[in-house]
Amino acid sequence: MSQTPPSTDADVHSAAFLDQDRVEGEHEAASVRAAMINRPREELYAYWRDLSNLPAFMENVKSVEALSQDRSTWTIAGPAGIDVELTSEITEDRPGEYIAWTATEESDVDHEGWIEFRDNAFGRGTEVRLFISYDPPAGVIGKLAAKVMQREPRIQARRDLRRFKQLMETGEIPTSQAPDAAPRADRHL
Amino acid sequence: MRALTWHGKHNVQVDTVPDPQIVNPRDAIIKVTSTAICGSDLHLYDSMIPSMSNGDILGHEFMGVVEEVGSRSTLKVGQRVVVPFVIACGSCFFCGKQQYSACDNSNPADKSDLSEVAYGYPAAGLFGYSHLTGGYAGGQAEYARIPYSDVGPLVIPDGIEDEKVLFLTDIFPTGWMAAENAEIEPGDTVAVWGCGPVGLFAIKSCLLQGAGRVIAIDHLPRRLELAKANGAEVLNYHEVKVREALTEMTAGIGPDACIDAVGMEAHGFSPDNILDAVKQETKLGTDRQHVLRETIMACRKGGRVSVPGVYGGIGDKLPIGAFMQKGLTIKTGQTHVQKYLPKLLDLILEGRLDTTDLISHILPLERAAEGYKNFHDNPNEWTKVVLKPH
Repeated sequence: MSQTPPSTDADVHSAAFLDQDRVEGEHEAASVRAAMINRPREELYAYWRDLSNLPAFMENVKSVEALSQDRSTWTIAGPAGIDVELTSEITEDRPGEYIAWTATEESDVDHEGWIEFRDNAFGRGTEVRLFISYDPPAGVIGKLAAKVMQREPRIQARRDLRRFKQLMETGEIPTSQAPDAAPRADRHL
Repeated sequence: MRALTWHGKHNVQVDTVPDPQIVNPRDAIIKVTSTAICGSDLHLYDSMIPSMSNGDILGHEFMGVVEEVGSRSTLKVGQRVVVPFVIACGSCFFCGKQQYSACDNSNPADKSDLSEVAYGYPAAGLFGYSHLTGGYAGGQAEYARIPYSDVGPLVIPDGIEDEKVLFLTDIFPTGWMAAENAEIEPGDTVAVWGCGPVGLFAIKSCLLQGAGRVIAIDHLPRRLELAKANGAEVLNYHEVKVREALTEMTAGIGPDACIDAVGMEAHGFSPDNILDAVKQETKLGTDRQHVLRETIMACRKGGRVSVPGVYGGIGDKLPIGAFMQKGLTIKTGQTHVQKYLPKLLDLILEGRLDTTDLISHILPLERAAEGYKNFHDNPNEWTKVVLKPH
């Protein structure tokens, strides 16, 4: 980081401002996304803090099983159709404001994340920022496979946060999945 | 069910596809009684819109009878409804500002990436209009699934025929918003490029909103005739130099507002348009924005340019100097249909305008492909096609 004081009020130290194709971080793949959600901060925090809710909007989290107040086992759809398991431990929990978690050592993947909830100063709702990082299984090959399957953290954080916003604001997650939600003609006609 | 599906450039056909299902609590299924082919469907037919996929059901102008409802739909089985082409959640920041076509939630998360890259922010969901806008199935079908059915559909009273209210789904509110964006003051002269369905509704709307005079521009005799019958003076751009004619007709002032109801596939043989056409054909990615340029050049100093015509890609050679030096205002956007529906239904029920004069053909859905071909190839005679799925 530069030694000169920042000339802008934006939080340029946030990972969201880093060009992730060029800057190597602690993890191989990481992303921060922000969304304005038109619901009260406490409600959003409470829904997220009940980790059994995560599979409802996190595309690749298939199930979450609570082990204790702070520890839970997550089954995640990994590359090439292989499920990976991780044990997640909440490392920081500030009710209504912030939750951070990390995968414990016995997990198949190295993963950490945090979510932050802030009141918007101008009454537009709650500013939610989500950070997800992980070192995918099987190193480079795993990352390539994850890329193909669009489960890269950048896409994952973007889509998961969008689904969270959709669920919180509208009570459901929009879909155009064929055939039920959006019928279509057979591709091979 | 039967549905009109897209299989590539100039290749649409009626296929048998699965019936749509209720998948979310706010969904409803409607049995489609009438649906129309929109001018913007021709951009899909011409393969000008990216992210179409083989087998997609088209159609975003449709109405029908409620067949089935989800647990949180406010509709009742048996109600007649018109369905806005814009899908809006009703609860996000944008819907709260009645900017429904900017809805932040209606485009599924797995479909939003493309518009976020192309436009900076994800686009709202639209029915039957590519995967850029959500990949939703359209309404040129026997049945359609309506997401957020408690927000969009407008219940229509009995005793008024489909044809009179069908265009509430898109082209009437689109013409109305185009006129609103022209910020008309009493006695203003408004020039409207394009006398297709949106242009005609823009003409009707401008006059209802107090324009003193509307000058309509096209080259198709039948469409110019319709414009004239709606109270516009007309210019055939094959016969006159449009900008000179407008300057002359307004005694040197110029039109107070100009409406581009043409969009990205402008016709004509001006040098800029030929260059644009070559670039478009060779996939260099520029829209054919001849009309937009002409509206900027023709508009009076301090005037307004309103753009209901559809653009999707990148523009260049815009007369940015004229825009700045004349102090113009440009307003555009997909229509915030939901915002206008109650008022426009009242205008129809009060008999304040004819909403059916543009319909040239009513066909069974099975003949939809023929409708597309003719609407595309013979626009003089085929001014608006309504399809009947049942």
